[in-house]
Amino acid sequence: MDARTTQEIVQTVIDLSSGDLHRAGIGPVSFVRQVLAACLYTNLLRDDNIPLDARQRAQQFLDICPGGSVGVYSSSAVGMPYVLQRIAEFISRRDGGVTADPHKIIFNSGTQENLKLVLSLLSSGRDDLQTGVLTPVPSPHTLPRLLQYNRLSSVPYRLQQEQGWAVDVEELHRAVTDARAHCDPRALFICNPGIPTGHVQDRKSIESVIRFAAAEGLFLLVNEVYQDCVYGPGVEFLSYKKVLLEMGQEYSEHVELISFNSLSNGSLGECGLRGGYMELLNTDKVVAERLMVLMGYRSPAILPQSALEIMVNPPTPGEASYPTYTQEISLIHSNLSHNAQRGYEVMNTLKGVSCQPAMGGIFLFPRLDLPARFLEEAKTLGLQPDVLYSQMLVDKAGVCVGAGSENGSEEETCYYIRLSFAASSDTFQDALSRLCSFHHQLHETY
Amino acid sequence: MSQQHAAVNGGLPNGKVLTLESMNPNVKKVEYAVRGPIVQRAVQLEKELREGAKKPFTEVIRANIGDAHAMGQKPITFLRQVLALCAYPDLLEDNKFPEDAKQRARRILGACGGQSIGAYSASPGIECVRQDVARYIEKRDGGIPSNPDNIYLSTGASDAIVTMLKLMICGEGAGRTGVMISIPQYPLYSAALADLGAVQINYYLDEDKCWSLDLKELKRAVDEARKHCNPRAICIINPGNPTGQVQSRECIEEVIRFAKEEHLFLMADEVYQDNVYADGCKFHSFKKVLFEMGPEYSSTVELASFHSTSKCYMGECGFRGGYMEIINMDPEVKAQLTKLVSVRLCPPVPGQALLDLVVNPPQSDEPSHGTFIKERSAVLAALAEKARMTGEMFNTIPGITCNPVQGAMYTFPRISLPQKAIDKAKEEGKVPDMYYCMRLLEEEGICLVPGSGFGQREGTYHFRMTILPPAEKLKIVLEKIKTFHLRFIKEFS
Repeated sequence: MDARTTQEIVQTVIDLSSGDLHRAGIGPVSFVRQVLAACLYTNLLRDDNIPLDARQRAQQFLDICPGGSVGVYSSSAVGMPYVLQRIAEFISRRDGGVTADPHKIIFNSGTQENLKLVLSLLSSGRDDLQTGVLTPVPSPHTLPRLLQYNRLSSVPYRLQQEQGWAVDVEELHRAVTDARAHCDPRALFICNPGIPTGHVQDRKSIESVIRFAAAEGLFLLVNEVYQDCVYGPGVEFLSYKKVLLEMGQEYSEHVELISFNSLSNGSLGECGLRGGYMELLNTDKVVAERLMVLMGYRSPAILPQSALEIMVNPPTPGEASYPTYTQEISLIHSNLSHNAQRGYEVMNTLKGVSCQPAMGGIFLFPRLDLPARFLEEAKTLGLQPDVLYSQMLVDKAGVCVGAGSENGSEEETCYYIRLSFAASSDTFQDALSRLCSFHHQLHETY
Repeated sequence: MSQQHAAVNGGLPNGKVLTLESMNPNVKKVEYAVRGPIVQRAVQLEKELREGAKKPFTEVIRANIGDAHAMGQKPITFLRQVLALCAYPDLLEDNKFPEDAKQRARRILGACGGQSIGAYSASPGIECVRQDVARYIEKRDGGIPSNPDNIYLSTGASDAIVTMLKLMICGEGAGRTGVMISIPQYPLYSAALADLGAVQINYYLDEDKCWSLDLKELKRAVDEARKHCNPRAICIINPGNPTGQVQSRECIEEVIRFAKEEHLFLMADEVYQDNVYADGCKFHSFKKVLFEMGPEYSSTVELASFHSTSKCYMGECGFRGGYMEIINMDPEVKAQLTKLVSVRLCPPVPGQALLDLVVNPPQSDEPSHGTFIKERSAVLAALAEKARMTGEMFNTIPGITCNPVQGAMYTFPRISLPQKAIDKAKEEGKVPDMYYCMRLLEEEGICLVPGSGFGQREGTYHFRMTILPPAEKLKIVLEKIKTFHLRFIKEFS
């Protein structure tokens, strides 16, 4: 893309590649920002422009900050105990009352950082025999660089497109068996809801993955950052922890599991604040100890801890901000749900496009069967066809999507694009129309 | 292969997948004294106090960590006003905020995705902030040009330091990367080197010459190191942590010449650049000195300088704001660096916004200028006074000698311990200065970090104390340490 083209279209480009809600003009949620503002500039604790309950929440948070300032180092390197306690309570409520131990919860500057830390523990530290991590295909586009950073081998397992991107245990088996020839597989990474697939696992599916991990001696790493973005009738998010604890003792007391959740990906969409947590289950006590030391010199920020505290402990009925908060969250959710449905329908009307429904998450991942002549042109240009498609889409139609190859899809004859539906419904509709025209035109041309 | 192989034939493994034995050997070696065992004990004592336990003290004074706000230093009004406006832009309608604060908030928000600090920024940081940082550096360094493309915003200076080390560390056996660090040092460096599996090359600062660098010592260290590793970088903290020395211009020139001769990448940690107190001392940025040494050096020596929002007059540790400026890096390596920073997505946006304000403070013609200058001066003056008081006081205690605190936020006095105390420590399985500090904690409720956490010459003992508690409290702390020390010496004489 040359500079001139960038200049011309910069005003009208719709960016649907990253799933960043705020960038797309959705959010922020008022109560969160009111509390943060009052935490930042304490004069606001006496200012009626901020609702009383927001001011009280801010005061409560400041009370747990040494010196009453959000400019302090986190009192514990793994997150302020008050916040970890709240997270534990949230998890407990979510999972039907099962206890959650705040000492097994770690706050950090996002899922990426948390995962990086855990992977650094799992890594053998050697290149001659690298630790392997089973990773889904397709997977989050930020995952490959994390594995590379920690010198880990990726062991890909294909999700089953025709079953809405479900997990297939036989495929897991194939992957781990093949992997043992060249690395030491120790962990299985999975996203639920799937990223970018939008698949939400049912109990049976989760149990089958847990049983597989147990049988193969694999550490489970479960990304659950879209747990509150679940759509469609009858679709329910079940946490791996809940399901695990409801299986027999042989599993519930042994399978090592770390689940990840974040400020960035739920309805709050606060990516820029950089905050998330992970919960450890059945891990050796040395794991929590080591993580504490490793985080010692990488103190997490304070502001996102306040925002996360609100995320896991939102205003309750009776509180002044409850109606507005609930309404804003609800609007965001229904917007996403509507877009998910609309996007799915529209994509499936396009020639050569097959798209699974997004039961959760923020992305659609349609498959494109592209015309032979287009594939030839891509080859001539030395580009992957999905990359060429994405480039042309932004050049000609001003819609930016992610190339599916970033998510690791490996098939030779079909290609994918990653399309976020995090946008206002008008903008999304606009993007869909532009994409349809472009796609139609492409098929005409080639 | 691991025991997991046995599991393939069915049944569950006997042990856990991730244990001390199976863990990455590098991460096992990591330690960080600033938050180490003594701090854990302090936390425990605070808990006991809260629960009503009787102690010889009513509070634990945490003089272990360079956290100014935790010790009562107030945030700078202007900075917090702009940040609040960025967090909740509805406040832009509130007439209680000054116009210059609103203008800065609007500019920052305009540079954020969707006008929100909640959107991801580009990995190297928000473009206009990088530009502002470059301008700030130019102004600071008397007009020497700074290119925004060489500025990478980071999650505190620590993130940038670790990233640079990650970039540089490679090789096996005798070819493994070695990194020179000062002894004493801020243990981020030793922790990161252990974590990344690099060879740590110690060079000793000269305690008798106010902790200055000694070229002969640098040469000794690097020559020795070449026998078993591949030295590639030298790290220097100026003003120093824990030692507080402010390096002279001549010293900085010597280090630059040394780096050139030995073909080393220079890492200059300058996070305390505004914290200079002693008469006759001045902060000289490595970059400025480098460029004033002429093109023979300025176009060849590779340098990374680090700065942060955690120290100076701001003390905003909790925001994790920082940046590094890269000079003379090979363009291909720089491309790798850009890729590397993308692994962590982006630095926290509030920290980036804060950094923008630090490099772009109210100007003399702006409404907030007066208050801003007043507040900033008050903070720095208070620190200077406490630095002076601390150095003076420690030198009156027999058995304690202390170099003047020329800058930064810490004092690193040397304590001479009676042999009996050293023996007692060994009996308890503790390093002598850890034993001393633990006793001080238990008896007076003062939490310091033993010198062993920072490194020191064999047979010498130190502790690091921050100069951050409010002056009145600091006086009391110094008195208590004096009382304790005399008592301790008597007990073991």
